[in-house]
Amino acid sequence: MRRILIAAVGAALVALGFAAPASAALQVFACEPEWAALAGEIGGDKVSVYAATTGVQDPHQIQARPSLISKARTADLTVCTGAELEIGWLPMIVQQSANKKIAAGGRGVFQPTDYVNLAEKPASLDRSQGDIHAGGNPHIQSDPRNILPVGKALADRFAELDPANAATYHARYAAFATKWNAALAKWSAEAAPLRGQPIAVQHRSWVYLENWLGLRRVVALEPKPGVPPSSGYLAQVLEVLKKQPVKMIIRAAYEDGRPSEFVGQKAGVPAVMLPYTIGGSDQAKDLYSLYDDTINRMLKALK
Amino acid sequence: MKPVASLAAAAAIAIGAAGPALAAPAAQGQAADMAAIKDQLNALKSDYDAKIGALEARLKAAEDRAAVAEAAAPPASSAAPPAGAASGEVILTDNSASEAAPKSSSPNAMNPGVSVVLNGNYVADSRDPAAQRIAGYALSDDGKSTRRGFSLDESEITLAANVDPFLLANLTISFGSDNQPSVEEAYIQSTALPGGLTVKAGRFFSAIGYLNERHAHNWTFIDMPLPYRALLGRQYGDDGVQVRWLAPTPFFLELGAEAYRGDRFPGGGNDKNRAGTQTAFVHTGGDFNSSSSWLAAASYIHTQAHDRVTDGLVGPDTFSGSDDLGIATLVYKWAPGGNPVNQNVVLSGEYFYGRQRGTFDTVAASRDPRGWYVQGVYQFTPHWSTGLRYAALDRIDVPAALRGTTFDPLGKSPSAVSGLLEYDTSEFGRFRAEFTHDTSDRRSNDELMFQYTVVYGPHGAHRY
Repeated sequence: MRRILIAAVGAALVALGFAAPASAALQVFACEPEWAALAGEIGGDKVSVYAATTGVQDPHQIQARPSLISKARTADLTVCTGAELEIGWLPMIVQQSANKKIAAGGRGVFQPTDYVNLAEKPASLDRSQGDIHAGGNPHIQSDPRNILPVGKALADRFAELDPANAATYHARYAAFATKWNAALAKWSAEAAPLRGQPIAVQHRSWVYLENWLGLRRVVALEPKPGVPPSSGYLAQVLEVLKKQPVKMIIRAAYEDGRPSEFVGQKAGVPAVMLPYTIGGSDQAKDLYSLYDDTINRMLKALK
Repeated sequence: MKPVASLAAAAAIAIGAAGPALAAPAAQGQAADMAAIKDQLNALKSDYDAKIGALEARLKAAEDRAAVAEAAAPPASSAAPPAGAASGEVILTDNSASEAAPKSSSPNAMNPGVSVVLNGNYVADSRDPAAQRIAGYALSDDGKSTRRGFSLDESEITLAANVDPFLLANLTISFGSDNQPSVEEAYIQSTALPGGLTVKAGRFFSAIGYLNERHAHNWTFIDMPLPYRALLGRQYGDDGVQVRWLAPTPFFLELGAEAYRGDRFPGGGNDKNRAGTQTAFVHTGGDFNSSSSWLAAASYIHTQAHDRVTDGLVGPDTFSGSDDLGIATLVYKWAPGGNPVNQNVVLSGEYFYGRQRGTFDTVAASRDPRGWYVQGVYQFTPHWSTGLRYAALDRIDVPAALRGTTFDPLGKSPSAVSGLLEYDTSEFGRFRAEFTHDTSDRRSNDELMFQYTVVYGPHGAHRY
């Protein structure tokens, strides 16, 4: 047994020798695809970005897989939404990674929710209220206007961690902001028919989208955040929808489609799956097509 | 940043409202009034232009201010009124008026995170579990069967916090069904060592094997599989130090070693300068694809026992000598698209390979215990899962002098098969039912167990 262990340790050390630090590029561990894409837009080839989750995974609940730990081990910076979205898995990964650069409080921690105003801050915290987040609703990427302040702060952080390329990061952010502002104008024109439209949501993850497009949320299918609806509760929802009809029921790609399909069918309202993030749908390939596709799907449902 | 957003919103509303309001009178207007209306319109328009210009300027200024005010400062939480649900949303549940959250920086602010685990059992056995043994194996108190009837299983209180920028500390006090509090874990751990190193010291569960490090509330089944019960006294935890090193490899590779006092089963009676128990382990793992991942581990524990006493078949048994155990571990997890919320599968299996050399009661002997288990848990729909486990230990034949003692296998090769049904109210509440058919004693035992487990307070995330 001892000999086997010694051999294993030896093999590990040899492996380590080959695994020299890959390059000088800033290693970015992004928890969600949208922040991975933003880091890529601003960092270009000066950063190496790893996306820890995909568009079909629920960012609240991720298994602390060995592969995530090994990626976190070599990261210079984590870009994770924050506001407790990843509280169920990220702390364990950071702790096991034994990487003090990305330990809480360090400059290697970048949380996009620190740079926008969060909606729906709970006045009291109690788990009987379901899966609530003390800092407010963390699903900020559903409003593309939030991408700009986050991008600017991210460029500053890149520049701070990698001063040699500071000018590149700032220039890339400036170019991105120009393009993004043009896209924002285009989206807001395209989405004009959605303004003021009543909708229902499955999980309350769309408050920023609602603010952006002027949608009016009538009801949520989840009785409490993160608590799946019972059939009795859905019957109550249907009663509400009878009195206050909605144009569509929206849900994220990673969510179970059954509740919204069921209510949609009963109420004669389209149930719309939105990509939520990059990779959530086949069309949402990057930051731009994410919002293109989101608006397209909603406009289609309106017809 | 808050004023910026509200200004932008105000501007958007102003523009939106302006459009139709202006169009309506123009359509109905008479020719004579047209000029006047046009003038008014122009006045309005320039007024709005000016206002929007001013707004834009203020927005710009606010943005500049925000940029200057160093990104690190988060927006003041007091600025935002609790938005709650978006206006007009129908809330069906009893969201009773909530009191304002206390925001004072009271002395409580630095309190450690307190989390509590409560466990309750109901157990029914076809044989008296107090007399139930695993044939051929000396069992520690923890390794024995669960009590019959209703019982409060292990309840835990954990206090955890960062001590300073370099250390964290964790204290877990558990209350067993005997009402006696015990220090289950009490350790400090480094948080800022370079090179992927982590050092832990105090009392803690060893990182050998897959299940060993888990607290009782996080076990896959209600009880531990046979090899853990027979060879490690359910799980090995002791006073000592641990060093772990995570290699900077592109795949997951972790090496670790531990040294312990060696007072706990399978050790015992160690009272020397040198550590009575040493362990070493290697963990590796990765993803097959986005839906499936794996973990493999090899662990080794060596312990020394000096007159270790255990309850036996006929009075107490003693053992003095060395006990070596190797464990090979494989874990496989599957979730469609890597999203475990709706469906997932966890398969794990471990093989135990040991050698016990020394004096059993008064007889010098060498025994090579072998054991293994495989288990699978399938969550088939949100909140519901079902599981199956098979565990077995080899029969170890003993010299004639040990016949009729606790170490006599009585011709049995112990094994047990268990089925599990689990319902989770959330990540923090769980109900389970487990049925076990156990043939590890002369007469087989059927056991039915029900258990609830709740966790409240800021409980840390669990390992893979």
